[in-house]
Amino acid sequence: MGKYYDMLMRDYRLKEGLNACINCGTCTAICPAAEFYRYDPRKIVDIVQSKDDAEIEALLKSDTIWYCGECMSCVTRCPRKNAAGLIIMALRNLSIELGFFIESEKGRQQYLLTKDLCSNILDYGYCVYPRRFDYEGHPEAGKVWEWEEKRLDDVFERLGGNLDGSGPGAMRRIPQEDLDQLKGIFDITGATARMEAVRKAGERKAAELGMTPEEFAKTVYLASSPRHLNH
Amino acid sequence: MIYEGKQKIWSEYQKEIPDDHYFYVRSCIRQSFFPASEATFLRITREALGKDVFETEHHTTCGGIAYHSDTIPQETVMTIIARQFALMAKHGYENYVCSCITSFGLYCETLETWREYPELEAKIKDNLWKSCKLDFAKPKFLVHASDLIYKYRKLIAAQAVRKLVNVHTGEPLRVVEHIGCHYSKMFPSKGVGGAEYPYVLVGMIEAWGGEIVDYPERRHCCGFGFRQYFIKGNRGYSLSNTHKKFESMEPFKPDLIITNCPGCPYFLDRWQYVIAESTGKTYGQDGHGIPALTYEEVAGLVMGYDPWDLGLQTHQVGVEPLLDKMGVEYDPAAKYLGKGGKDLGAPAPCSCLK
Repeated sequence: MGKYYDMLMRDYRLKEGLNACINCGTCTAICPAAEFYRYDPRKIVDIVQSKDDAEIEALLKSDTIWYCGECMSCVTRCPRKNAAGLIIMALRNLSIELGFFIESEKGRQQYLLTKDLCSNILDYGYCVYPRRFDYEGHPEAGKVWEWEEKRLDDVFERLGGNLDGSGPGAMRRIPQEDLDQLKGIFDITGATARMEAVRKAGERKAAELGMTPEEFAKTVYLASSPRHLNH
Repeated sequence: MIYEGKQKIWSEYQKEIPDDHYFYVRSCIRQSFFPASEATFLRITREALGKDVFETEHHTTCGGIAYHSDTIPQETVMTIIARQFALMAKHGYENYVCSCITSFGLYCETLETWREYPELEAKIKDNLWKSCKLDFAKPKFLVHASDLIYKYRKLIAAQAVRKLVNVHTGEPLRVVEHIGCHYSKMFPSKGVGGAEYPYVLVGMIEAWGGEIVDYPERRHCCGFGFRQYFIKGNRGYSLSNTHKKFESMEPFKPDLIITNCPGCPYFLDRWQYVIAESTGKTYGQDGHGIPALTYEEVAGLVMGYDPWDLGLQTHQVGVEPLLDKMGVEYDPAAKYLGKGGKDLGAPAPCSCLK
C-alpha cells in the first residue's frame, strides 16, 4: 500500500501540487477538459490521496489521465492551493516511466508526440518548425496556411523573418553547436532514454496489434473513440 | 459589472517591470505563425522607443510545448531553461523578456520550484555544467513581452497615429482581451493584474482608446491543450473550447480580439474558419469573423504601420472590416505580395467565411 504514492511523491510537481484536498470539486467545475471528456480531476486527486496501489495503477493505465489540457485553470481556483494539473503531469510521468501509458488509446499518443516534438527540438532547436507543420495534417490551419506552406521562404522574407537563415531572427537556423548542447542536455537528464523507451513500447504494441510502426502511428494520430466524450 | 471593484482588485496585483536593457527570447509558435509580430515588437521597442533589447541566435526553444505534452522530463526542461539563463548572463543582462506565454509560465514555475527546493536548482546547475560546460545566473527580472508593451503603452499612445476608435461613428472599438492561461493562472502575482482580472492587455486597450468587452467565458482557455491539438483525434477538444468562447462573446458584438499568447490568436482565428466552413456560423458582421490579433499587431496598427508589414494577411479571418473601422489606409492589391512586390499568388477563397 502506498508504493505508487511514494513514487509520485518523488516528483517535485506532486510536492508542489498536492496539499490536503477537501474534494470540493472546484477544479472540476472550472476544468475545460471535464466539460469535453468524461473527466473529473477531483476524483483523480482523491485517488492519489487514497494511496491505494490498485486504484492508482488502474489510473496510470487508463485514458483518464490523458484528458487534461494542462491549461492550469484549476490552480487559480483551488481553495487549498492544490494543482490538479501538476498532479496529472506527475501521474503521466510515472505512467511513462512504468510503461503503462501504452495500455490506453490516449496514452499511446505519447509514441507520436515524443517522436515529433523531440525530433523538432533536436533537429532544429524549436518545438514547432513550420516546414514540418503540413496543411494535409492540419486542414484547420486554413486556406491561408495552404498558401503559406508552398511559399514559406517568400512569406518569411516578406514578414521580416529569417527562416533557416544565419544570425538572429524568427525561425533562424540555430547553430549546430547549440543543437549539440541540447542533445547533451537530453542525454544527461533522461530525455534521450525516455524517447527510446517510448519508441520501443510503441513498436511492441504495434507488433502486438499486428501493425507496422507506420500503421500504428497513423492509428494513434487519428483514433478517437466516442466513449471518451462527455455527452 | 462593478468596474470600480475590479479596478481595486487589479491594483493589488502589480509587478515591477524595468524600463530598459532586456535579453529577448523568441517563441516557437509566434515565430512559426506570426513572425511579423516579433519583428514589430523589436521595431517598436528598439526603433520607436530606443530601448536596448538584445537577441542572440544561440538561444533555443525552452522546450515548454514538449514538456506540456509530457514528452520530456522536468529536469530536461529546467536544464534547457538554465542554458537560456546562462546565455543571458554571458551577454551581461539581468532582465529577461520572453515572447511566449508557455515559456513565461514555465520560467515562473522553474524559478519558484528552485526557490522552494534549492537542491533541485543545484542539480540543474550540475546538469548544465556536465552537458554544456555553462554556468547560469537567474534573471533579476522576468517579464513577458506583453508586460513590456503594457509598460510602454502610454509612450506608444504618444506616438500613435490613430486610436482604437471607429472613425465612422466616433465610438471606441469593442475589444475582447484574451490572456494566455500560463500568463498568470499558475502564479497570479507574476502577471500584471493577477489571474482573475489581468490588466496587461486591458491597460493597452484603455491607453489606445478602445473599450473592453466583459463576457462570461472571458477567462476560459482557447483550447490549445498541447496534446489536445497536436493529435488529430483530439482536436475536438480544442475546437469545442474556442466555440464556447465565441458563443459567449457573440452577443457583445466585439470588433476585435487581442491576445498575448502566441497560440491563442492562431486557435481563435482558425477555429472560426472551421466553424464557419462546417456549420455556416460566423461571429462578425455580414459573414465576416472577428479578427483575433496579437498585441504587437494591435500596437503596430495604432502606430500606423502597414497592415501587410504586420502580417495581418496571414490571418484566416479577414481583417479588412477592422481596418476600415479604424480608418487604416491599405492597398488591397498588395495583401499577398512578397518582398519587392513579388507575385506570390493568393490563398484559395473560403466557401463561407468572408
